[in-house]
Amino acid sequence: MKHLLTGNEAAARGAYEAGMMVGAAYPGTPSTEIFENLPQYGDSLYCEWAPNEKVATEVAYGAALAGVRAMCAMKHVGVNVAADPIFTASYNGVNGGFVIVSADDPSCHSSQNEQDNRHYAKAAKLIMIEPSDSQECKDFMKEAFDISERFNLPVMFRVTTRVCHSKSLVEFSERTEVPYKEYKRTIQNVASPAQALKNHPRLEQELKDVEAWGNTCGLNKVELNGTKIGVITASVAYQYAKEAFPEDTSFLKLGLTNPLPMDLIRDFAAKVETLYVVEELDPFMEEQIKAAGIPCIGKEKISNMFELNPEKLRAMVFGVEPDVKNLPVKAVPRPPALCPGCPHRGFFHVMGKDKNFVIAGDIGCYTLGSSKPLAAMDSVVCMGGGFSLAMGMSKAFELTGRTEKKVFGVLGDSTFFHSGMTGALDIIYNMGNVIPVVLDNSITGMTGQQDNPGSGETLMGKPAPAVRPENVLRSFGFENVIIVDPQDLKAMKKAVDDALASEVPAAIITRRPCLLLKKVKHDIGLCEVDPDKCRSCKMCLKVGCPAVFFKDGKATIDKTLCVGCTVCAQVCPFGAIERTR
Amino acid sequence: MSKVTSILLVGVGGQGAILVSKVLTQGLIEAGYDVKMSEVHGMSQRGGSVSTQVRFGEKVYSPIIGRGEADIMVAFEKMEAVRYAEFLKPDATVIVNDYEIVPMSVATGELAYPQGLTEELKENYNTLAINAGQIAIEQGNARSMNIVLFGAMVKALKMDDIDWEGVLRKVLKPSILEVNLKAFRAGYEAE
Repeated sequence: MKHLLTGNEAAARGAYEAGMMVGAAYPGTPSTEIFENLPQYGDSLYCEWAPNEKVATEVAYGAALAGVRAMCAMKHVGVNVAADPIFTASYNGVNGGFVIVSADDPSCHSSQNEQDNRHYAKAAKLIMIEPSDSQECKDFMKEAFDISERFNLPVMFRVTTRVCHSKSLVEFSERTEVPYKEYKRTIQNVASPAQALKNHPRLEQELKDVEAWGNTCGLNKVELNGTKIGVITASVAYQYAKEAFPEDTSFLKLGLTNPLPMDLIRDFAAKVETLYVVEELDPFMEEQIKAAGIPCIGKEKISNMFELNPEKLRAMVFGVEPDVKNLPVKAVPRPPALCPGCPHRGFFHVMGKDKNFVIAGDIGCYTLGSSKPLAAMDSVVCMGGGFSLAMGMSKAFELTGRTEKKVFGVLGDSTFFHSGMTGALDIIYNMGNVIPVVLDNSITGMTGQQDNPGSGETLMGKPAPAVRPENVLRSFGFENVIIVDPQDLKAMKKAVDDALASEVPAAIITRRPCLLLKKVKHDIGLCEVDPDKCRSCKMCLKVGCPAVFFKDGKATIDKTLCVGCTVCAQVCPFGAIERTR
Repeated sequence: MSKVTSILLVGVGGQGAILVSKVLTQGLIEAGYDVKMSEVHGMSQRGGSVSTQVRFGEKVYSPIIGRGEADIMVAFEKMEAVRYAEFLKPDATVIVNDYEIVPMSVATGELAYPQGLTEELKENYNTLAINAGQIAIEQGNARSMNIVLFGAMVKALKMDDIDWEGVLRKVLKPSILEVNLKAFRAGYEAE
């Protein structure tokens, strides 16, 4: 029987079937569901949410060194965080198979950039495998563990949003229990300078061995259909190219993309008149193929930005524009917004009122605090960057006499544990004039409610110690940690004023669970507008709630969306909005 | 290449397109088709514009389509139908829910919700506009709006050989089955 699975579900199934024993990850779209789908195999394996991608990678790598098959998973920018252990793991080698899943996001569906992580495989000297659909996500995962052990190298399992989140049919197999490998203390695992110098030549030889094997391995497939056009492609771009190119096109579909099997590529190139390289984002394969002296067409025609699809390929390669009707009416933009009842709304509403506030934000649902009408955010760069960017800004303002600026660093509970803690430490250590704010909604929200060190539960559903951000901050030296319900606007305002007036280092924690969190009993109600009292001042629209809009000149609340948080009622100067149940 | 049919489901995050795509793909798989489906997760789900693509045929390669490639569109919200119209083939069928969800820019008065959307769709495509919410209420539960739209889509698909009611029986919880079967039939009959 075949199952319709996302690539992520299939990758999880593949890890299970491959006898994977230890897994660690930090949630990040589009990778998250791989690990959400592992606890169902909890009788056979251990899996965890780690505080960040670096920790996840180290946990998995440690398990691999100890002799079991291990995997870590993260979104593309997570690999930036994890790069440190990854670059040395290839030098030290593995014992049990070690797979690093990198989930890239061409077109930035849910990311701050569209970096192409295939460069990491080359730079860190990893084997790289790229599946193109869900069946391959499952099958290649098993292959990844095998070749990691066979060649003593970590394997980057590189997927993209459309591989992760598209569903296609998958056939299951049984799990193969893989006996653990003997563990011995070996100096090869100690990355001292002297040992690194010995490990490096071994690593280069291993990569040469992989390339030689790659020329004949089953991960790479040649489909000879004609001699006129040949296409070298990998990942989901293969699926697009199959629909965009004529039926008599020959394909070299690569599953192993680092090191590239250059003999196989040369052999294929010799069989066709015109050779195209079809890949999303950067010319990763194309540049290497050209450097090997093989003429091919790639980014001359195919964009190095945004995800591809069959229609784009037809237009870029063959100049065939689709037949599309142009409607005279146009849709207005519908960007995402904070949910009705989102605890972050009260905080940003208060912060947006003072034009001298500088708010260094971070990655999470609260990035939406930057959108109109809240528009209360100055910068977003990366996970954990909120506190540290704020530190640099405050020093710059101080040194240049712009003391009217009040600088806040803002991030969520999961981001605090991820890498915000170190920024807070810098604020204390170097005496920054910054108020760090943790928006604690008790969960990792944006990626869909994953547990974290503060949530009191593990990925495998076991109760865990809940670490409190205030205890961490107090231990650092923030003597005045103000904990406030952000939905109480007066209290929220007072917390900000008190923190600014504090004579000792102050921090703010806004605490209210995410409304989507199922294990918490929420106080759900409904707010309604008394049209006789409404004077159409539109103050209620300034909170940016999807449930509040104007109809026939009066404020109106959508009953199907409102949860009765009362933030709009608190800002109404005429008492026209009341919670009715 | 053998014929592949592409269906585009569009709407606003949280409108229930996922259940529809689940029932649809289940029925297509049981009928022996190769099926691929693609949807969005993460940031864009928070009240933003969302699209789900379902493709089926003897053999399907790409999980997504580009402009001018969809055979059928089901729009859970009418402005979203217009937003994604460029993905339609010129002779495509559109099933549009005559229902507005106001985006933030319109709620704040910054922009206006465009007028004449269904008329424009009718002029350009084989369009069925129905008030799925009202039909769902008449059948007993406003939340079956998505299944009303599903019923209308099944009729447009002309795939009566598939036992869609049987699929609904398998996928839906018993407590909500009856009302959804009624919603499905009403959607199928809607004109």
